[in-house]
Parts: sequence; structure tokens; C-alpha cells
Amino acid sequence: MSTRFPSYAGTALAIAVTTGIYGISFGALATAAGLGVAKACALSALVFTGGSQFAAVAVIAAGGSPATAAGNALLLGARNTAYGFVNAPTLQRLRLPGRIAATQLVIDETTAVASAQDAEDDRLGAFLWTGIALWLCWNLGTLLGALAGDSIGDPARWGLDAMFPAAFVALLAPQLRQRGAWPAALLGGAIALVLVPITPVGVPVLASILGLLAARSAWRA
Amino acid sequence: MTWTLLLGLAVATYLQKAVGPLLAGSWDPSPRAKAGLHLLAVPVLAGLIVVQTLGDGRQLVLDARAPAVLVAVLAVWRGAPFLVVVLLAAAVAALLRLVT
Repeated sequence: MSTRFPSYAGTALAIAVTTGIYGISFGALATAAGLGVAKACALSALVFTGGSQFAAVAVIAAGGSPATAAGNALLLGARNTAYGFVNAPTLQRLRLPGRIAATQLVIDETTAVASAQDAEDDRLGAFLWTGIALWLCWNLGTLLGALAGDSIGDPARWGLDAMFPAAFVALLAPQLRQRGAWPAALLGGAIALVLVPITPVGVPVLASILGLLAARSAWRA
Repeated sequence: MTWTLLLGLAVATYLQKAVGPLLAGSWDPSPRAKAGLHLLAVPVLAGLIVVQTLGDGRQLVLDARAPAVLVAVLAVWRGAPFLVVVLLAAAVAALLRLVT
């Protein structure tokens, strides 16, 4: 028996640390928008889907209504429903209480790391390692950021805003080996690019799911 | 944002995540649908990369993020580990902003 960590542990921890740093900026932005430490932390613990949280806080910071904030958050969170279907076979390996808890961890990063595992047996471990480490770091980061308030300054100055697209590039790369993945990725990216200037924030990423249409011929064959 | 709205948002986002796992067992996707579902993250990740690299609200902008992500693509292509890729991108963006 080997006591070595599974191969995906490094990826999981790296993503979690990255997310923790991003969580600091979320906490700072949330308190800057006037949410307060408790609500900033509650959002990270209970809503736990970064894109939705940032979208909600951005609307509130810009003076938008709470209803618009919630609407944008749900729009961005809609892709988690797709991820729920992707992860369902993996989560079925858990007993009901575990499955109920693990469902909260269904997000971009857990789906990406779990899907990147070639062996079906590795997916649950990859999902849980990534999800739990990320949940802890995201919430710790939020707390630190909320306490530090806006003394951190602009997160962009530290290049934090470039970390997430870079992370998604690293997560996407292994998945491009799948049949039809390249056409799907290119069409999805193109759809998002075209929609950014003409649709509300959150719609471009949601609509990029339509990139799957480009892969149809590949799975029909 | 009131506590009621916050908790409502928490319940709603949880339900968004729970639809798939709830239906599992009573509705199992066909192998073809399963292949499609596995592919689902691919176009969305591509969309996320585009929006987070070039998007600024409802505008497309070319700023320090684009070269940073380009460096990240090269690093991934060369087989660099995840944390190296991400830190490299942050460093490129931060440096570019420092000198411009």
C-alpha cells in the first residue's frame, strides 16, 4: 500500500490556494460594497459559486437593486445545473447524507478536475479533494479579505484577475482530448466573445454551452 | 442585500446544483447523452476564458490579462504544473501594469 497522495491532490490544492487568494478579493469587494463581514462570509459558505457571488456583489456595488443582483447570480449559477448532471454518476457513489453535502460543491473547478480524470474510479476522489479544499480556502480567503476591507487595494494590481482565465486554460487543456472537444471549445468561446457587448453580464458564459452543437457530428459518428 | 434575500439565493443556487443529482437513478442518460454531458464543461470553460480575459462588464477590452493568458497557454502547452501556470499569468499581468 502506498501512502502517497493521489495524482489529482496537487491540482486540487493548487486550485484551492488560487481560489483562496481570489476569495480575499471577494471578501474585500463585498465589504467595500457595504455587505459587512457576516454577509460576505455567509455568501461564500452558503451560495458557494464564485461567479454568482462576484456578479451579485458587482450589481450591489454599482447601486443596482438586490433583485437584479440575485437574478444575475442565478443566471451565472445556471451552468451548475449542467455540472450537476455531469457529476451525478460520480456523486451517486456517496450515501445520501454525503451526497446532499457534496452537491453544494458542484461548481466549475470540481467539475473540471473530476472530468479530467481518465479513470472513472478517480472522479469521486478528485471531486471531493478539490471541493473540500476549495470550500475551506474560499471561505478563509473571504473572511481575511472582509476583515482587511479595502486596504488591499485593487486586486488587478496584483494580477489576480489574470489568474482565473489562466486557471481555466489549465483545466480546459486535458479535456480537449475528448472527441469533438475542439469544435465545441472554439464555438463556445466565439459565442461568448460575440455576446459580451450585446447581452447582460452572465449571459455570454451561459450561452457558450451552445458550443456543444459543434461537437454533435463528432459524437454521432 | 437583506438576510432573507441572501438565504433565498443560497437555497436557489443549491437547487441549481441539485437538479442533476436528484434526477440521477430515475433518469439515466444514454451513452451518447453521457458523452455530451462530459463534453459540457468544454465550451463553458472556453466561454469563461474569453469573458475573463477580454470582458470588462459589457465591454471587450485588450489589457494586461490577454498577454498573461497567452503566457499561460504557452506554459500549459509546455506541460507546466497548474500553480506555475496560474502564478506566471498573475506575474505577467502585474508586471505589465507596473510598467505601463
